[in-house]
Amino acid sequence: MGSRASTLLREEEIEEIKKETGFSHSQITRLYSRFTSLDKGENGTLSREDFQRIPELAINPLGDRIINAFFPEGEDQVNFKGFMRTLAHFRPIEDNEKNKNPPATEPLNSRTNKLLFAFRLYDLDRDDKISRDELLQVLRMMVGVNISDDQLGSIADRTIQEADTNGDTCISFQEFMKVLEKVDVEQKMSIRFLH
Amino acid sequence: MENLWYVAGTIFQLWMSVVVFFIMLPAMFGLSLGVTEVYIQVLVKILEWATLRIQRGQQEQPSAPIPLHTGIIERVGGSMEEEMWQLRCSRPEAAGAFCLSDGVYFCKKGLESIVEDQVTQRFSSEELASWNLLTRTNQNFYYISLRLTIIWGLGVFVRYCVLLPFRIALASTGISWLVIGTCVVGFLPESSAKNWLSELVHLTCYRICARGLSATIHYHNKENRPQKGGICVANHTTPIDVVILANDGCYAMVGQTHGGLLGILQKSMVRSCPHVWFERSEMKDRNTVTRRLRHHVAAKTKLPILIFPEGTCVNNTSVMMFKKGSFEIGGTIYPVAIKYDRRFGDAFWNSSKYNMVSYLLRMMTSWAIVVNVWYLPPMTIQDGEDAAQFANRVKSVIAHQGGLLDLAWDGGLKRCKVKDSLKEEQQKMYSNIIVGQNHIRNTKTCSETREDQ
Repeated sequence: MGSRASTLLREEEIEEIKKETGFSHSQITRLYSRFTSLDKGENGTLSREDFQRIPELAINPLGDRIINAFFPEGEDQVNFKGFMRTLAHFRPIEDNEKNKNPPATEPLNSRTNKLLFAFRLYDLDRDDKISRDELLQVLRMMVGVNISDDQLGSIADRTIQEADTNGDTCISFQEFMKVLEKVDVEQKMSIRFLH
Repeated sequence: MENLWYVAGTIFQLWMSVVVFFIMLPAMFGLSLGVTEVYIQVLVKILEWATLRIQRGQQEQPSAPIPLHTGIIERVGGSMEEEMWQLRCSRPEAAGAFCLSDGVYFCKKGLESIVEDQVTQRFSSEELASWNLLTRTNQNFYYISLRLTIIWGLGVFVRYCVLLPFRIALASTGISWLVIGTCVVGFLPESSAKNWLSELVHLTCYRICARGLSATIHYHNKENRPQKGGICVANHTTPIDVVILANDGCYAMVGQTHGGLLGILQKSMVRSCPHVWFERSEMKDRNTVTRRLRHHVAAKTKLPILIFPEGTCVNNTSVMMFKKGSFEIGGTIYPVAIKYDRRFGDAFWNSSKYNMVSYLLRMMTSWAIVVNVWYLPPMTIQDGEDAAQFANRVKSVIAHQGGLLDLAWDGGLKRCKVKDSLKEEQQKMYSNIIVGQNHIRNTKTCSETREDQ
């Protein structure tokens, strides 16, 4: 009579994930159940199709960008560790204070890392810059067919003009952070996980 | 050799007399001997004891994960407009235009749906709050005590070696008598006696089948039972829904003609009473379907039609979108809510995981099937309401009565992708925000919003 959900997940793996991401034991087991229920092919990894089967994600205008965030460069499958690492960005920040031993490196759910996640939504080619083209493409994803090319172009131009401080017509991560410095990232980019 | 035949013959005679006297005769008159009721009461006592033991065991081992039947995450937040406004608080002068922080809203919504969404969980069995001593529901539970294991072992023995053969024999008896009985009744000329006899045959055989599943059915509000010439709609969890409803009344079934055993059953059933079976090619043509059903309903003397508007089996925690086709036929709609008690056996048919035979075997090796059926007052389409709105109205009435979640999502999402039009709706909503359609928000300042929170 073992726990079916965690027979495939060893205790050492749970400990590793706990250290790396900061999730609690029960949260990791619950998320593993979710991972296996999404994994229709039952091969221990998720593909892009597995994510697109979630209707609420499929109708999200930035759904494809979010799915992309789970997959490392050039790969088509994500395993449970990678899944948890990406989800860890959305842990609430105040949970870190509860840990007795803060991790040596910056935790995945720090403010900077959360903003980096948001930055990568726009940065399509992962070159650490948001160019005008990339911004236009993401804008087009968000508005669909409801706004004309010209209007969208002027929106993109205005956004870059306001954010760009060093004049290279691209938005770097530092400039992005400056634009969002007053946003309550802690609340807006955190998911309240139940224990 | 002769001894063997003699023994087989005696067993058969014994079996037949048990069935006829203890099961068929009570079934004909709609009575019950009370055996199943006692069984259920004993089961409830055992399961409550098991629950207490498990809870005690969990308290003694605090490090082990506690199984949750609540959600994984807590979703907060308002509509798209409210959230966007809060995100833009840092730059009030940009209200009505695009802001880089807008992506954060979609990002969070997307991640929330990856962790837990409203739809995909409806197509698999729901987790139980506490283990009910069936191996198949043992997901987050683990070894507690020797006594519990012994009871579980006994349970396995009872279910597989005692109940299962009995139930299989009973179910096959019920189905074969249904075929024979309806065939025989079919030879009679059209008359009220034929109808009465056909109803009797149907009811008796369905009741025998229900006994074959150890089904205990509680009917509520029998005064609202569907009348002739009406349409009965119910939420769909399993093919057994048909048996459950047919235990208390006769319905005209609607469905596709199948081959094989099921086809024989369908052909003989339609000889004694007018069910509506469609060929596969006819089902695709909505007009043909609607016309035949309308014809059936218009003849006020025919039995009420039984339709499941969800179109697919859902796991009995929610009611999904009702297809409006059934509500365009006209006539009075009699809604029925069906709710299964999951402690005694999970009735949901996960058709992608189990085929019909393995599903029936699982049903027959559960403890029992306990189900509540509520007949709801009849409803008709009102002026100025179209079929889709009427369908939604009926759906929320059923969901409310059965304690189920009322979802607008289509049950067809089990197999198909979501329609693009839903994504386009989201894009349109967002476009309205950045083109500055909602001027009301612009008047509220940031500090006021902060004080409200």
